[in-house]
Amino acid sequence: MQKYSNTTATLALAKASFRSIMRSPSAVVFTLAFPLIFILVFGFLGGGGTRLDVGVKPGSDINNPVLTMLSKTGMIRLVMDKSQKDLDKLLEKGNVDAVIDVHKKMNSVAYSVNVVYTSASRDKGGILKSVLNNVFYDKTLKPTVAEIKESTITGREYKTIDFILPGQLGFSLLSTGVFGTAFVFLSLRQTLVIKRFFATPVKRSSIVIGEGIARIGFALIGALFIILIGHFFFGFTLVHGALTVVNMLILATMGIIVFMGFGFIISGVAKSESMVPPISNIVTLPQFLLSGTFFSIEAFPNWLQPISRALPLTYLNDAMRRVAFEGSDLWDVKFQIMILLIWGIVIYAIAVKVFKWE
Amino acid sequence: METKKAIISVKDLVKKYDDFVAVQGLSFEVYEHEIFGLLGPNGAGKTTTLEIIETLRAKTSGEIIVDGFSVDKNPQEIKQIIGVQLQAAGYYPNLNLVELIELFAGLYGANIKPMEMLEKVNLQDKAKAKYKALSGGQKQRFSIATTLINQPKIIFLDEPTTGLDPQARRNLWDLITEIRNSGTTVVITTHYMDEAEQLCDRVAFVERGQIIAVDTPDNLIDQLVASGFERKKEVKKANLEDVFINLTGKEWRE
Repeated sequence: MQKYSNTTATLALAKASFRSIMRSPSAVVFTLAFPLIFILVFGFLGGGGTRLDVGVKPGSDINNPVLTMLSKTGMIRLVMDKSQKDLDKLLEKGNVDAVIDVHKKMNSVAYSVNVVYTSASRDKGGILKSVLNNVFYDKTLKPTVAEIKESTITGREYKTIDFILPGQLGFSLLSTGVFGTAFVFLSLRQTLVIKRFFATPVKRSSIVIGEGIARIGFALIGALFIILIGHFFFGFTLVHGALTVVNMLILATMGIIVFMGFGFIISGVAKSESMVPPISNIVTLPQFLLSGTFFSIEAFPNWLQPISRALPLTYLNDAMRRVAFEGSDLWDVKFQIMILLIWGIVIYAIAVKVFKWE
Repeated sequence: METKKAIISVKDLVKKYDDFVAVQGLSFEVYEHEIFGLLGPNGAGKTTTLEIIETLRAKTSGEIIVDGFSVDKNPQEIKQIIGVQLQAAGYYPNLNLVELIELFAGLYGANIKPMEMLEKVNLQDKAKAKYKALSGGQKQRFSIATTLINQPKIIFLDEPTTGLDPQARRNLWDLITEIRNSGTTVVITTHYMDEAEQLCDRVAFVERGQIIAVDTPDNLIDQLVASGFERKKEVKKANLEDVFINLTGKEWRE
């Protein structure tokens, strides 16, 4: 009799599990369809970039280089021909993000620029500040207006997709890891599939590892698909090209392993299949909303931020964005990786306690 | 009966759950190449006993040797030489029969051709079907196919014919007899006494976690008759099942 091989058994399980996942509509929908729909929606909404509406004060000098350069950035739409009264109203509601007034200074080649921001649109005001800054450091113009403070802005164009895609990728990994793992292990346990496996010489570790390989493989294929679609159709920035993709996939692997831990716990805690979605949502929804999937967590009120900063998805999203957009390597995001690692240790310590085989 | 070699020996098996004794001091032997039936009402401890022999459940006390291996010391070795069909077990979702057989081949480390396994149980036409789409009889035959993958010395079948129509039942008896004739020992549980009488070489009656009789069906019937037992109604030469089979035909439909 040939010697029993645990590797063969593990791989047989991985293959079976992978086939099963590929044929499971919910897995495909959660991993690919949802994230792609969000990317599509935001990709088109954003038109590929941030837009600022800037009102031009009546009586302003229109043929000046400042306005020309602002409109050249492609980010700024100048709103002309409005009365002061109208502009004030628009500004109050945040329908324009700022109002600008440019005059040539007396007896000088320099221009005087007055910008009025609105608290209704603080974020965009900040962007406009940066843009103006950029413009004034340009060769021909000298900084003339004190209210324009210096701030560092990233040289690359930061598109909506660059923010949205890593968030959606994180969401995809989270739902695949949590829902997929919880459902599979609960149903394998309840339909006695696992019990039947135990009647074969297979080891428990082979069952877990085989399932893990299949799910990680599936999640990475999904991630690669999302990244490539984002890159080729929506101009998602990959600073170092293929290397960036590899780094993102390594981060994705770490993420999915942590998230699968939640799935193992849920499969042990849930008494029936109908209990899986509510418990899974308790895990996924807060992360979905608070981990910077759609909005930057800086936009949250102060009391909410500590919660955001406690969630693993926050760090995965953060690491992904740094790697993809800022071109960081994995060492640069070691802090984020460390937090994920701590989450992983805690989650699996709990999972080992609550996981049920029968 | 000539001396036969015991392939399974169970001695003083006890299984206690928290406040309930499922098996209390049960002993029996299963001989090589026989079909051995464990009979008894629901809750008598049949399934528990089987699952302990199959190494799926821990026992409270007692000794069990399967083909020379102890369930305490060599569960892995036992798993390699037995095939197990569980009552009401499902199979991995979304896979077809060939893929399921491939999976089990991997789990057992067996080198087999999936189609040949399906041919053994006459399911080659259903190779691409999902387990859920099979009829009751086909499901049971598929389950039996999965027990044969590692060419086991013993297979355990837990109520394989429950819920099947008479044709499917007879078809399964033929299959089980074939498996026995090819040299595999079969341990089976059932609620149907006609089935046990026709199929089993020896039977054990289990009641309240104890064995109350072990012998061949013939001997057990003879003993009862010798004790003066008489049926209330004169036995006819055929029964209603014979009428059913005669009217609806022997060949088995899916």
